[in-house]
Amino acid sequence: MTLRRNFVCVCAVALVLLGLQGAAFAVQPDEMLANPQLESRARVLSEGLRCPVCQNQSIDDSDADLAHDLRVIVRQRLQSGDTDAQVKQYLVDRYGDYVLLEPPFKTSTLVLWLGAPLILLAALGVALVFYRRRQETSEDTQRPLSAEEQKKIAALMDPQDDGRKGTL
Amino acid sequence: MIAEIGHFSLILALFVALFQAVFPLIGAARGNRAWMGVAEPASFAQFLLVATSFGALTWCYVASDFSVLNVAQNSHTDKPMLYKIAGVWANHEGSMLLWIFILGLYGAAVSWLGGNLPPALRARALSVQAMIAVGFILFILFTSNPFLRLDPVPANGEGLNPLLQDPGLAFHPPFLYLGYVGFSMAFSFAIAALIEGRVDAAWARWVRPWTLAAWCFLTLGIGLGSWWAYYTLGWGGWWYWDPVENASFMPWLAGTALVHSLIVVERRDTLKAWTVLLAIVSFSFSLLGTFLVRSGVLTSVHSFASDPTRGVFILALLAAVTGGSMALFFLRAPRLKSGGLFAPVSREGSLVLNNVLLSSAAGVVLLGTLYPLFMDVLDLGKISVGPPFFNAVFVPLMVPVVFLMALGTQMSWKRGNLTLALRQLKVAGVAALAALLLTWAMSRSLGASAAMGLATWLFVGTISNLFNRLKPSRLSLSEVWRRAAGVPLSFYGMILAHAGLALVIVGITGSTAWKTEKIQVMHSGDTINVAGYDLAFKGVEEGVKGPNYIAARATFTASKNGKFIADLKPEKRMYEMPPRPTTNAAIHTSAFGDLYAVIGDPNESGGYVTRLYYNPLVPWIFIGAGVVALGGLVSLGDRRYRVGVPSHKVNPKNPVHA
Amino acid sequence: MRDTMFLRRLTLFFPMAIFLTLVGFFFYRLVLIEKGNTPNMIPSVMINRPVPVFALPSLISGKPLVASAALKGKVTLIDVFASWCVPCRVEHPLLASIKEAGIALVGINYKDRPEDALLWLEKLGDPYDAIASDRDGRVAIDFGVYGVPESYLIDKQGVIRFKQTGPLTPEDIRDRLLPLAKELNK
Repeated sequence: MTLRRNFVCVCAVALVLLGLQGAAFAVQPDEMLANPQLESRARVLSEGLRCPVCQNQSIDDSDADLAHDLRVIVRQRLQSGDTDAQVKQYLVDRYGDYVLLEPPFKTSTLVLWLGAPLILLAALGVALVFYRRRQETSEDTQRPLSAEEQKKIAALMDPQDDGRKGTL
Repeated sequence: MIAEIGHFSLILALFVALFQAVFPLIGAARGNRAWMGVAEPASFAQFLLVATSFGALTWCYVASDFSVLNVAQNSHTDKPMLYKIAGVWANHEGSMLLWIFILGLYGAAVSWLGGNLPPALRARALSVQAMIAVGFILFILFTSNPFLRLDPVPANGEGLNPLLQDPGLAFHPPFLYLGYVGFSMAFSFAIAALIEGRVDAAWARWVRPWTLAAWCFLTLGIGLGSWWAYYTLGWGGWWYWDPVENASFMPWLAGTALVHSLIVVERRDTLKAWTVLLAIVSFSFSLLGTFLVRSGVLTSVHSFASDPTRGVFILALLAAVTGGSMALFFLRAPRLKSGGLFAPVSREGSLVLNNVLLSSAAGVVLLGTLYPLFMDVLDLGKISVGPPFFNAVFVPLMVPVVFLMALGTQMSWKRGNLTLALRQLKVAGVAALAALLLTWAMSRSLGASAAMGLATWLFVGTISNLFNRLKPSRLSLSEVWRRAAGVPLSFYGMILAHAGLALVIVGITGSTAWKTEKIQVMHSGDTINVAGYDLAFKGVEEGVKGPNYIAARATFTASKNGKFIADLKPEKRMYEMPPRPTTNAAIHTSAFGDLYAVIGDPNESGGYVTRLYYNPLVPWIFIGAGVVALGGLVSLGDRRYRVGVPSHKVNPKNPVHA
Repeated sequence: MRDTMFLRRLTLFFPMAIFLTLVGFFFYRLVLIEKGNTPNMIPSVMINRPVPVFALPSLISGKPLVASAALKGKVTLIDVFASWCVPCRVEHPLLASIKEAGIALVGINYKDRPEDALLWLEKLGDPYDAIASDRDGRVAIDFGVYGVPESYLIDKQGVIRFKQTGPLTPEDIRDRLLPLAKELNK
């Protein structure tokens, strides 16, 4: 399944992704802030930020050196009085929306965010059509035969008739 | 020599599969019994040849024959035997060979067990099965041949990623593939039915056991993978919505929907086109997963080396298999006429709703997984779709599913009575409310309280369903026993599977809502309190020799109120080949949670970074997943699905319905 | 009745339509990978933005600070490198050709010990006009660096016009970098 932590990115791209130095190990005690409120905000924030180096890991989980730097930056921003949104924006300004594990709501992600309710509505719609159709066909079979239909059946049943006169 | 035998039998298997794909199909179209009959020996031959091929590669691994490139790249003489064998499928080429080995196994199993199938249906299904085999054997032979030789022969191999040298991961892929590939059975039967233009209750009864078996294996495979992630990755996480995880979850969701919709086909002879489509989609999701994992179109932490050439090949395969079957579906589905009727409020109705929700969930996971790819292609920028998105959209879809699981199973077939069903769930409702309030009082967490309430609703509701059936409070013991023996196994299976899911929900809630984490530098003799447990750090022993690694092993003594509980010995290992470090957590499991200790790096003052966790209720996730799979297995033993048992009417005096 | 039949046919066509669209997307994604656009490439958000403000000590002691303010007025390539970075060695000999084309070359030595970096340059040659020492990697983060080597082409107004992640190849320099620099120099 997933090879996350410890699995320092082995990338085919010929560049040294900034994860190969040092054996850092996710969030470190010496990175943590003394103020427990700020620290817990930092943890929540860094869990929602993707490490640009190690694919699909948050900077809170990542061993990469860059993730360490970003964790420290997050804490420094918080200490200097940034709001959570400002901290995120600081990193988005440098690495783009890519760092946000929760994609932002904007035109290009409209389909993504509205997708879930739309898919559910479509599926419900299919179920509804299924029930409606079943009802129609069952009404169709239960309805008494019309005069014309009876005439056709009579013609079909008639041994004298060779089938040319009345066909359904 | 052995490698060449493996290679050669794979080529032979290709021809046998080609033969098996063509003649039985023509035979079925012409009503020629003899031509149809060749499917059976062909499927056995194909299986034997593929098994020989797989055995040959395994032999090369066991004997550490480094003249075979694949072995040299993924094995090492110092590896323990278990991981030499597991090394066979821990790489792209070998795992594809395991894939077709399992495909051959299922094909042979149909021939062996499917004596009661109509000959034309069996011939067609086996022919479709062989077509899939042809595609995959071609894929292996042309892009991923595991039998290539290496010259000069290296003195030793490059070894296996130490993270994969783990019992959880050694067994996880075979189970996963037994699941993925198992859905090919439902697929082949669906295609055969589309060709014949007929789906009926008997068809559903033949398809359901195969689907159920595949579903059980997939459940176990996902559970094992998640468990492995939990104990090896060192932070107590067990699911991250990584594309590779999603790739296994989508077929599971579709397969779960299929297992349920087949009940409606079997009971009411309706929902046919939908069920056939689900069978196609379940297997297509399996193929899609193979494509996503191996082509490199998505970034994942998974390790398969990605290769666009292979990607193009698998995409072509996917296009042929899924595109072809959907075209056939478009042409033939209108012929599938529906039979019986039922009201929206009924057991069938709730199964329909289950399908609506589960397939929406699969669709949402698909959308989230592929959205970054869409953005790449349309050049709209780069985004990440991570756990916060999936949790936000997936959980709301699962809440009604869980709610309905208790309610729907209380409803009668055809036309249900909502008030009556709800009345039978009185106890469950009270219990759920109590659980909700209790959780609220303890944690003040709205989400956790709702989840615990829902899990209790499901668990108590499911158990009370069993009680309503057996009425132990009103009837004599012998009468209860008689009733219990009369209830079909598939009913017990349902009870187990649903109750198991309740356990999973409790585990998920506990581990997300009440996890305790302590990260600090500790010196020998320090004690840290984690969720009521005292963990005393006794120091680190360096240079502990393992079979192919050297470890630093720490010792923590856990006690509660002065009473000794256990020693935890987490390790930091350095593997020799390839030289890579791993952290190995130490876990002490109790009924209500895991103590989880990880040792980190030393600092200048002689202290060590330690991470200590209490993960409440986590074991329930994996136990619950096991119970869910067990439910499927029990259901599989139902006499209606047993081989050779002709379907017969149930005694009208003692009606049993699952 | 005909209408509903048509509708039903359309619903049955729907799964195939979705699937074929997906196949189209997958195929195009594979084509993009062939062209070098792998999914782990993060396109820079810094393109067409002014260079981040920085003032770093020079790697070579005694030389003045290397600052963003000094970048204005000429087309400059900022090259982020380190002595511990193996692909940087591959790229290094090519930098001379960039300088020859009249592009100013500023190095940012990323998370490196100065003595290691100086030794490295002594061995392989020093094509840079100035080298900044970014020991804690903070300036590199302002540039959005996530791997080394990375290079940024800055126009005369001090705006980033081009970014390369990974080593520059002779083809990159010939086909993309130099033509762009020529245009910016006009």
